[in-house]
Amino acid sequence: MEFFKIRRVIPFMRHALLFNVISLLTFVAAVFFLGYKGLHFSVEFTGGTLVEVNFKDAANVEAIREALDKAGLKGEVQNFGSSRDVLIRLPVEKGQSTADLSQKVTGLLKAQDATAEVRRVEFVGPQVGEELAEHGALALLVTAVGIVIYLWIRFEWRFGLAAIVANLHDVVIILGCFAFFQWEFSLPVLAAVLAVLGYSVNESVVVFDRVRENFRKMRKASVPEVLDSAITGVISRTIITHGCTQAMVTMMLLFGGPALHYFALALTIGICFGIYSSVLVASPLVMWLGVDRTQFVRAPKKSAAEEKNEGAVV
Amino acid sequence: MNRFPAWKYALIGLTIALASLFTLPNFFGEAPAVQVSSNKTTVKVDALLLARLEETLKGAQIINTGVLLDLHGLRIRFSDSDTQLKAKDLIEKSINPDPQNPAYVVALNLLSSSPNWLTAVHALPMYLGLDLRGGVHFLLQVDMQAAITKRLDAYAGEIRSLLRDKNLRHAGISREGQTLRLRFREAATRDKASVAINELLPVLTLAKRDDGQDLLIVATLKPEALKNEQDLAIKQNILTLGRRVNQLGVAEPVIQQQGADRIVVQLPGVQDTTKAKDILGRTATLEVRLVDEEAMRSGSSFNVDVFPERKRDGSVSSVPVKKQVLVTGDQFIGAQATFDNDQRSAVSVELNEAAGRIMRQATRENLKHLMAIILIEKGKGEAISVATIQGEFGARFQITGSFTATETSDLSLLIRAGSLAAPMEIIEERTVGPSLGKENIDKGFNATKWGFVVIVLFMSAYYTLFGVFSSIALGVNLLFLVALLSLLQATLTLPGIAAIALTLGMAIDANVLINERIREEVRAGQSPQAAIAAGYERAWGTILDSNVTTLIAGLALLIFGSGPVRGFAVVHCLGILTSIFSSVVVSRAIVNLAYGHRRRIAHLAIGDTGWK
Repeated sequence: MEFFKIRRVIPFMRHALLFNVISLLTFVAAVFFLGYKGLHFSVEFTGGTLVEVNFKDAANVEAIREALDKAGLKGEVQNFGSSRDVLIRLPVEKGQSTADLSQKVTGLLKAQDATAEVRRVEFVGPQVGEELAEHGALALLVTAVGIVIYLWIRFEWRFGLAAIVANLHDVVIILGCFAFFQWEFSLPVLAAVLAVLGYSVNESVVVFDRVRENFRKMRKASVPEVLDSAITGVISRTIITHGCTQAMVTMMLLFGGPALHYFALALTIGICFGIYSSVLVASPLVMWLGVDRTQFVRAPKKSAAEEKNEGAVV
Repeated sequence: MNRFPAWKYALIGLTIALASLFTLPNFFGEAPAVQVSSNKTTVKVDALLLARLEETLKGAQIINTGVLLDLHGLRIRFSDSDTQLKAKDLIEKSINPDPQNPAYVVALNLLSSSPNWLTAVHALPMYLGLDLRGGVHFLLQVDMQAAITKRLDAYAGEIRSLLRDKNLRHAGISREGQTLRLRFREAATRDKASVAINELLPVLTLAKRDDGQDLLIVATLKPEALKNEQDLAIKQNILTLGRRVNQLGVAEPVIQQQGADRIVVQLPGVQDTTKAKDILGRTATLEVRLVDEEAMRSGSSFNVDVFPERKRDGSVSSVPVKKQVLVTGDQFIGAQATFDNDQRSAVSVELNEAAGRIMRQATRENLKHLMAIILIEKGKGEAISVATIQGEFGARFQITGSFTATETSDLSLLIRAGSLAAPMEIIEERTVGPSLGKENIDKGFNATKWGFVVIVLFMSAYYTLFGVFSSIALGVNLLFLVALLSLLQATLTLPGIAAIALTLGMAIDANVLINERIREEVRAGQSPQAAIAAGYERAWGTILDSNVTTLIAGLALLIFGSGPVRGFAVVHCLGILTSIFSSVVVSRAIVNLAYGHRRRIAHLAIGDTGWK
């Protein structure tokens, strides 16, 4: 079986400007929604209490809301996964003993419906939430810097920069989607975002490896021609690999239940944009940054050890 | 060119065999068990106790299916949870005759049903996190400021009696924030006092100052003493929490320090979270102080601490007490709920020797005066008992107040479990019910299973035989990953299961790279053997590069992540390492076994390469 019987080079770079404009527009839209709507952070980040309750029969969300209101609790009540499961979110409030809050809520629910079974309680103090957000941002920064440094050592600074710009653009778009749909941004989603960052960079690496090889092989070709042939050469592997990863993630979406839902969703967006960005954003960026054959062919700093790796491409 | 030496095959075979061995315990599941561990240092859980318990169970015709005696204690396995519950009650009754003062902790637990020889080589099932097995997780913040001020108050008391003993007149000792201020009228007295204090309490830095009115000594804790004090406070709190958790009867509690001033408490399998939280969250400490009767009469609040007192009739009045603390909660060594001579609920307590001496002296000097016992909870104090000292007493006495019987038993439990060196506050809580935990396992497992099936089907269809090889390599990767997680006993959480799935989805990338490269080489006219060799060699650099970038992200998550993210990161990083090995080395070994020894290969079974 073979899906990709591509017999001639696809001229991706002819449309480089178009792709970059599309990217820029989606990027700007994502940033706009991030600024305008903001992320819907889970209690892990904001601090607060979350109670998941399971009922024997379909839960009466309205009645629960009323009961909470009566008790003077400002909470958000919604179905979670099924009509029998309910998720209650309570923000941190000053002067309230947050630690006892979940007990109070449980008491209220049991009084209303004896079949109520508390499945999960999460309480996060505000100081912990702030720390988590801080650490998340730090992890993102360290990952980005680490990847740039690694690609700089292995390739060239232009590649490192182009890869990280292209892939941070993915991250921003994932975040933009979460802001636009107001999906809950929780810790597992953060983990997914960082995993996507590492994952799509490896996509760019595969393309760059081939670019480097082709610069050495195709002595007479222009820069866009080299990039086109490199992308065309790896496109079938790109799509098959991402297809496999996406198959796994889709199974997570189907079978993983509500706990893994947003995690899998973040990965899905990340994988789709990962293909797009590493092929159609990173490569034009490398071109605009002024990549040149001379940087690879007679680069003076290339050691013998690196020379051995130069063929290591697909 | 596509042959490994025999030792290489043998080595790969050995790693796979070892991995299978350590993965094996995960297939046996778990059976209900009763765990018995010691609650006191003097009480040992040994073979003797085991024999006694087996005798007891036999007598009641309760059949067990196995026993395990290790460092953590004794575990007896049963066929179902009904028998388990029956056995627990029986064991509890037979070895803890006095429920107020239990010698053993008897708890419900699960024990792996894997055969004993597996357990003997330390092949254990994966350690499941709380979100998979159900339980409670707390993160507690220790209030260090309070620990320091408490210590300074105690030093102030010591300095007071020191100066009295040496006949050095001072004009007042007070604590302001984290410093002590000692006032003197004469410079000579101050100098003498400074020398004496320095000798008694070398942990204090003393500075002489003059505020225009009085001559001052300003005392602060030295930095190393401060650190020492904080370490002690957190250790004392961990110890206390440990004793309280033992009162709850939890099978495998985790109580650990996290960072400088936090404590993590994890109680797997606890059903009654309310009770757990109540016992843990109660940050009660006790203090015994003398009542300042002069201030009580005049209503002045100068140089005294005022606490509310709940009277028997329900009214509340305030009691001024002296600053000096006679006895603190950590000096109580025993407590029991009883009734006093008038049949009122009371708590009879026992102090350690040093505190007993202090009490004897204080009661002798203050006969017919008032003494208060103050319970400090969540930073707020309450005088739970204010009584006239009727006679001299020492280490043993009774606290009577307006208690109900349940209150006295709760209070005695709290005193018995020790007091906290500093108040704590719950800043994070995660409770997962057992049914949700089981559901999480099933869902995570199903997602991984179906994802794996889809990938195997696709790879086998697209790359035919080479796809089958890749799938076997992927299976071996899963085996390695599970074996490693079991071996390291790393905590597996739901995000961890997601990471297993994701790692498998990403790991196939290496094999796709290799297979695509081999196809390309075949198309370019290479011989089959040369194509295989070139495919593996050329793909290796790319595989390494792409895995290193993924690993950078994984490590960043591992370093900065906490809670669920950490669980994800651990599995993710391990998975990247195992996938490099399995997709490059193991798959190459399989391909070599299949093709390497053939002289002539007409065609590689790697799918369609005939075009172009």
